[in-house]
Amino acid sequence: MTTKRHQQVSYLILLAFGMFGFGYALVPLYDVFCEITGLNGKTGDQVVYDESITVDENRKITVEFIAQVNRGMPWEFEPLVKRVEVSPGEHRIVSFRVANPSTEQIVGQAVPSVAPGLAANYFHKTECFCFNQQMLAGGMSMDMPLKFYIDPTIPDDIKRLTLSYTLYQVQATL
Amino acid sequence: MSLKSKVKGLCLLTFAMGVNASVSADTRYNMTEGVTDISKSVFQMHQNALYIVIGIGVVVFGAMFYSIYAHRKSKNPTPAQFHESTTIEIIWTIIPFILLMFLAVPATSTLIKMYDTSDADITIKITGWQWKWHYDYLDEEIEFFSNLSTSQQKIRAKLDGGEALSYQELGENYLLEVDNELVLPINKKIRFLVTAEDVIHSWWVPDFAIKRDAIPGFINEAWTKINEPGTYRGQCTELCGKDHGFMPVVVKAVTEEEYVQWLADKKQEKIEAAEAARLAALQSWDKTKLMTLGQSVYEAKCAMCHGVNGEGGIGNAITGSVVTNGPTDAHIDIVFNGKAGSAMQAFKAQLTSAEIAAVLTYQRNALGNNVGDLIQPADIEKLR
Amino acid sequence: MSAVIETQEHAHHDHHPKGIKRWLFSTNHKDIGTLYLWFSFIMFLIGGSMALVIRAELFMPGLQFVEPNFFNQMTTVHGLIMVFGAVMPAFTGLANWMIPLMIGAPDMALPRMNNWSFWILPFAFIILISSLFMEGGGPNFGWTFYAPLSTTQGPPSTDFFILSMHIMGVSSIMGAINIIVTIINMRAPGMTLMKMPLFVWTWLITAFLLVMVMPVLAGAVTMMLTDRHFGTSFFEAAGGGDPVLFQHIFWFFGHPEVYIMILPSFGIASAIIPTFARKPLFGYASMVYATASIAFLSFIVWAHHMFTVGMPLAGELFFMYATMLIAVPTGVKVFNWIATMWEGSMTFEAPMLFALAFVILFTIGGFSGVMLATATTDFQYHDTYFVVAHFHYVLFPGAIFGTMAAVYYWLPKWTGHMYNEKLAKIHFWLSIIAVNVTFFPMHFSGLAGMPRRIPDYNPIFADFNQWSSIGAFMLGFTQLLFLYIVIQTIRGGKKATSQVWEGADGLEWTVPSPAPHHTFDTPPVVK
Repeated sequence: MTTKRHQQVSYLILLAFGMFGFGYALVPLYDVFCEITGLNGKTGDQVVYDESITVDENRKITVEFIAQVNRGMPWEFEPLVKRVEVSPGEHRIVSFRVANPSTEQIVGQAVPSVAPGLAANYFHKTECFCFNQQMLAGGMSMDMPLKFYIDPTIPDDIKRLTLSYTLYQVQATL
Repeated sequence: MSLKSKVKGLCLLTFAMGVNASVSADTRYNMTEGVTDISKSVFQMHQNALYIVIGIGVVVFGAMFYSIYAHRKSKNPTPAQFHESTTIEIIWTIIPFILLMFLAVPATSTLIKMYDTSDADITIKITGWQWKWHYDYLDEEIEFFSNLSTSQQKIRAKLDGGEALSYQELGENYLLEVDNELVLPINKKIRFLVTAEDVIHSWWVPDFAIKRDAIPGFINEAWTKINEPGTYRGQCTELCGKDHGFMPVVVKAVTEEEYVQWLADKKQEKIEAAEAARLAALQSWDKTKLMTLGQSVYEAKCAMCHGVNGEGGIGNAITGSVVTNGPTDAHIDIVFNGKAGSAMQAFKAQLTSAEIAAVLTYQRNALGNNVGDLIQPADIEKLR
Repeated sequence: MSAVIETQEHAHHDHHPKGIKRWLFSTNHKDIGTLYLWFSFIMFLIGGSMALVIRAELFMPGLQFVEPNFFNQMTTVHGLIMVFGAVMPAFTGLANWMIPLMIGAPDMALPRMNNWSFWILPFAFIILISSLFMEGGGPNFGWTFYAPLSTTQGPPSTDFFILSMHIMGVSSIMGAINIIVTIINMRAPGMTLMKMPLFVWTWLITAFLLVMVMPVLAGAVTMMLTDRHFGTSFFEAAGGGDPVLFQHIFWFFGHPEVYIMILPSFGIASAIIPTFARKPLFGYASMVYATASIAFLSFIVWAHHMFTVGMPLAGELFFMYATMLIAVPTGVKVFNWIATMWEGSMTFEAPMLFALAFVILFTIGGFSGVMLATATTDFQYHDTYFVVAHFHYVLFPGAIFGTMAAVYYWLPKWTGHMYNEKLAKIHFWLSIIAVNVTFFPMHFSGLAGMPRRIPDYNPIFADFNQWSSIGAFMLGFTQLLFLYIVIQTIRGGKKATSQVWEGADGLEWTVPSPAPHHTFDTPPVVK
């Protein structure tokens, strides 16, 4: 009797700890969930452009760029072109300009978000300043490249896509 | 006995009150029908749902009250003993199922429409800030903040020891009025990109049936096509800190010609304001002028967090503060760029150089501080 | 842990000391149940006074009495206290008192853990309430404490809030484990699972929900803590985190939590209605299955609290459909209660009145629930007073009326005295009127466009708010009458028989009233 009860209590405590762990497991699960459903427009990691992709010349998708700077970050940050028209499959490069008007060296990290969220799955970056932290000395400015293409399998109803970057100041972990 | 009939009476009355009041067209008692096709279909769904639940309520509560009346001990001294019937259980599992279909099917088709943001004519970026909205007309190079325009004196009349104001004195649009409205043309598909600068806000205009959370670091989409000109008011609907109740949304819908005119005026205004700011920055300001402007800027922008007398609150005290009494560079930096991980926002884009110079001077030479230096608009202008 | 288990066989042979020691060191399920119930009532009054601060401020447009930041603290702490301090301990108290009596067990399975799970609770709430007096104020980010308002912008007291949430969580988990082990092991011979009273069934399911979701809440607050102080960024976009993730984790806990606060009430109604209808409960088995399906569904509907965060279409549709499905088992329960009443022989003593009011008003809360489940219309209801009306309809007439029905129903068993029926009826009538005057107008202020959690509003919402405020004060002060009735019953009154109610059926009615300190030392046999 006692051992049986002992066992049950152990199982229940284990379940409680398991669920505590599950709470943490929701973090990676959520990322997977976001990736599948395009929730929050999180974009994926770096991919390699496959030259054999057929470019769908008949379709044009407008890609719009937005840049914003988080509080506490003195940098200026803007896209050099505000929007481009691309065909699905076409490999394009655009640039964002950052300037650090302060006198100190600062490290920044840009975080992307795509709207509509579903489009995020079809937006592939082959090169992006957002993969790394960017360091800029005081008074300097630079142009940061973004190379991307849109997956030709993108649904027909997506004709316009907005890519937004928010720039945060971070403690360097370069 | 009489008490028992009163319970029925009361419950029925409460319910009937709900029915009568809810189905009337008066928006004061019911959801607004709104001015877009989407909002009208949302309203229709709301009405349908209401009729369905009222129908269910009448049947279910009717049966219950009949039972309370007819199956009381005084009328029915010997209770029946049945306690099972699989058939009936199956029937009342299936019926709600079917009723739910009547809600789910139209909701699905409207939801699909709501999510179709393609082919928009105009894109507006909406950014939630503590506690104001920022609108950016992405195609037009026009952007501005939209602040509550109801005065603090009105809001705090009673709290600050005065008399409570009458509804007339508060005004029809009390807490639902702003300095700069979002102006939009009618009959155009307008796409909103919604995001936030600090914490989560939510942008709600009941007349458009749009409520979208503004989430820092991420953008959300919504769209509308307004059918009628007019002024439409809403509020922030996600708790975003102290003044969550004080950041209304006001949209002014105008005809397309008026919109074009408004854009032109706004651009002209922007050029003139920039010129005025430039000229102001060229001048050398005396202390009185800086302090006067500084006080008004302080009260409008700083006092809500730092206290009217600099005593602190959500934000640190200004009185005796290390930053305020320290070197000007650090002081300018924090006002310019804000402070990450705190409620201190960036004012660089919100204020002109003269305003920043004035408020800094005011903070350093009033509110219990006495640094003694003057900061000139030119000092700020050269840092831009 | 093993010490607790090995010694529990001796637990009920304890001498029970008098005075404060009796309560501090008690391992007796009845004493601990009493402690839980009193604690919950005190919390109910404290949380209620905060609600009155809110309602006083909202009586008129314009700021009257409190600063907006303090107003936010009141809404936050009112919510936290009512959920974690009033409703949950009240149900745990009822479980402690009644489950052993209902299943014919001498005590709870783990009496010492029982003592501990109660006694850490007051400390949790002392920490939470005292944080209101800290510099920077108490928690002011709503009881849902969404990041980043609660992380990067939380006041310094947030860390104490986190600590107190952890303690509450540990207390609930221990209480739940105790209940599960008791129900599984300590049933009298012959009491099979499908013979258990429904209150025991609903609590068994509730306890499983608690063990499964309280740790998730603990996880969420731990992430908040590490985000605040240890450089992680679970909820901070800057470091690759996501504030929406917080909402997913919170509501994964939060939605089952909602059912934790209502399932035991279902059990109470299922005990009281048959007693006063003098007729067995209709559809016992379907009641059990309905409860289990509600519990299951509660795990897959959480994101209906987040229709406006910009979920993809597929997500919106899934959560909308799943949420609507909950109406089906809930409907079955309501229909079963009515079928139980049907052709019964009903009398309407206070427990029955509260139970009937529970069924009606909870159903009204369910109606607004179905309306809220529709994602499209939810865009108009979300975070307005319509939602406030909805959850107060399911919580006040749901959880609280359920508890009050239970207290009137079992008070004669606890104290050995009948309560004053006349006063109890007055208490009922005042409460039901006040509850509707308070919360019904909130539907209208919400539909008219009033967001929740705002300290001031446009005069267009004034009428409804005035009604709500008048009702709230009436509702609050009426509960002092409840306190008086309970004390009066403890101190004396007509002697109660062991059966107490004519139609009562179940093991708890076979022991004398008041129930002696030790019951069922020899297990009864259930046919």
